[in-house]
Amino acid sequence: MGHIKLSQVSKRFGEVEVIPPLDLTIADGEFTVFVGPSGCGKSTLLRLIAGLEDVSAGHIEIDGADTTHVPPAKRGLAMVFQSYALYPHMSVKKNIAFPMRMAGVPLEEQERRISAAAEALNLTDYLDRRPGQLSGGQRQRVAIGRAIVREPQAFLFDEPLSNLDAALRVGMRMEIAELHKKLKTTMIYVTHDQVEAMTMADKIVVLRAGVIEQVGSPLELYHAPCNEFVAGFIGSPKMNLIKGAEAQKHGAATIGIRPEHVDVSASEGLWKATVGVAEHLGSDTFLHIHGVPGCDPLTVRVDGELPVKHGDEIFLTPQLEKLHRFDAQGLRVA
Amino acid sequence: MATHHSRSAARLMMAPAVVLLLGWMLVPLTMTLYFSFKKYLPLRGGDLGWVGFDNYVRFVSSSAFWPSVLTTLTLVGGVLLITVVLGVVLAILLNQPMWGQGMVRILVIAPFFVMPTVSALVWKNMFMDPNYGLLAHLWEFFGAQPVEWLSQASLPSIVMIVSWQWLPFATLILLTAIQSLDSEQLEAAEMDGAPAHKRFAFITLPHLGRAITVVILIQTIFLLSIFAEIFVTTGGAFGTKTLTYLIFQRVLESQNVGLGSAGGVYAIILANIIAIFLMRIVGKNLAK
Ligand SMILES: Nc1ncnc2c1ncn2[C@@H]1O[C@H](COP(=O)(O)OP(=O)(O)O)[C@@H](O)[C@H]1O
Ligand SMILES: [Mg+2]
Repeated sequence: MGHIKLSQVSKRFGEVEVIPPLDLTIADGEFTVFVGPSGCGKSTLLRLIAGLEDVSAGHIEIDGADTTHVPPAKRGLAMVFQSYALYPHMSVKKNIAFPMRMAGVPLEEQERRISAAAEALNLTDYLDRRPGQLSGGQRQRVAIGRAIVREPQAFLFDEPLSNLDAALRVGMRMEIAELHKKLKTTMIYVTHDQVEAMTMADKIVVLRAGVIEQVGSPLELYHAPCNEFVAGFIGSPKMNLIKGAEAQKHGAATIGIRPEHVDVSASEGLWKATVGVAEHLGSDTFLHIHGVPGCDPLTVRVDGELPVKHGDEIFLTPQLEKLHRFDAQGLRVA
Repeated sequence: MATHHSRSAARLMMAPAVVLLLGWMLVPLTMTLYFSFKKYLPLRGGDLGWVGFDNYVRFVSSSAFWPSVLTTLTLVGGVLLITVVLGVVLAILLNQPMWGQGMVRILVIAPFFVMPTVSALVWKNMFMDPNYGLLAHLWEFFGAQPVEWLSQASLPSIVMIVSWQWLPFATLILLTAIQSLDSEQLEAAEMDGAPAHKRFAFITLPHLGRAITVVILIQTIFLLSIFAEIFVTTGGAFGTKTLTYLIFQRVLESQNVGLGSAGGVYAIILANIIAIFLMRIVGKNLAK
């Protein structure tokens, strides 16, 4: 069980209100991702749930019990830190055993859980090493192992992959997602990388300056972002936001169209424009296009085979049914 | 880039410093060795010729020798124990966010800037004097008989004075070490269910291990040659005669330079045994 409920939770550091009062419910077994730009309060929110920071106001419930003032160790949550926070003078095995040792788990049971975790995380050959003798990915796995053996109500991850290189990041992303499928335990995962959020989450919570902008499944956020911020944050490459006369034609202050929802033609279309930089990824090509009124450059995603190059004149037509409209406050117009 | 040319230029420029240091070390060492094999009594006939290992045998067989070694070790060990334990405690306290932190830190460091002679005099006259010392007043306030610190508890008193002088050093080194401890490690341990005393034992203390060995090594080197504090307070009486003080007495009070020099050589040997021993431990600790 790992049902977490925040009611009117807020946090201030001195005079600065980092998190204005917010409500959030995380269902049991759900993989929830907090995503938002750096400094928006994601870590603070996670630390409030963990109990490492005290709330300034509001209540936190875990499984129906009020845990607002319960110390971190008693909340039944395990956390994986950005710096891994392994104990450098202990072997991998001792690191993983530490929470069980503190809880007084019998030795045989400890051994059983350690070998199970080591097996699941490919750490069996490294149990006697010190953290300093491991690679970044292995350290990450030890930190996860230390969390798993506690058999917590929920896992909390604070940007666990941000110290890894790109290739390893993709691999670990899969491993954590698979771990969730296997354990079916509630997980809360903090990241500033919307790709991580989109690929792993059951539910994404988009934060800006401590305020929840939108909560929803990855595809809900992709198809129906509730405001310009979410529209620009979710999706890669970013959604094109067009202001001015073009937007007014659609009765909105701003219109948004994703790069993959613009048709390209050599002979006819709504907008005539010039290709700036063309980024060839092989499977796709991203074109940065100049000359569209109200948005410069406009990004378009086309098939990798399409023969376009810098300086070409082309015609663009947005797919009208995929167009997003926002009012002067940046809110979505249905 | 270190070309052949620039390397020889570097050597040439370093030469004066190296020669000076070597001379500084070698001249006294050679003279000590030279006198240790002579019967040399400056006020009673001067240089009376070579005597082989006579001085060495006499120094060790004197009834004052073994007690002085024991006193030295007790003094060094006692000061190390007090400074390391209190140093860890103070470092932890000073690391807590508090009002006036900078000021408190400076105050804690202050004793280190007081000269040994001065601090010993201050302790002797202002604190430990049985008639008008502060401690005497404190004892009287509680209706107790004032302690004659420097005669009744002479060695502990000196351990206390020296510890007071060296505590700032230990605190300073340990404080910088504690500041380099990753706070996420402590938070992780907290979430793993470790209460404060276990976080200290399992996380903070191992993290401080290296700094503690450095404190022990450096302090030992200086503590072996403690002199002023003894000279000013007890003058070597009441069981406070360390090896260093014994050598001083042999040379200056008995005016026997040969015997004192032999003692000096023993002191060098003792210091080296301890140094090798410590280096082993430190080497093991630093390699981690
Ligand atoms: N202990 C603290 N004291 C004061 N301000 C803090 C503290 N921790 C975080 N903040 C501030 O709170 C804001 C949110 O921080 P954080 O939650 O770490 O952001 P994120 O994890 O989203 O990058 C930042 O502006 C940061 O400066
Ligand atoms: Mg953060």
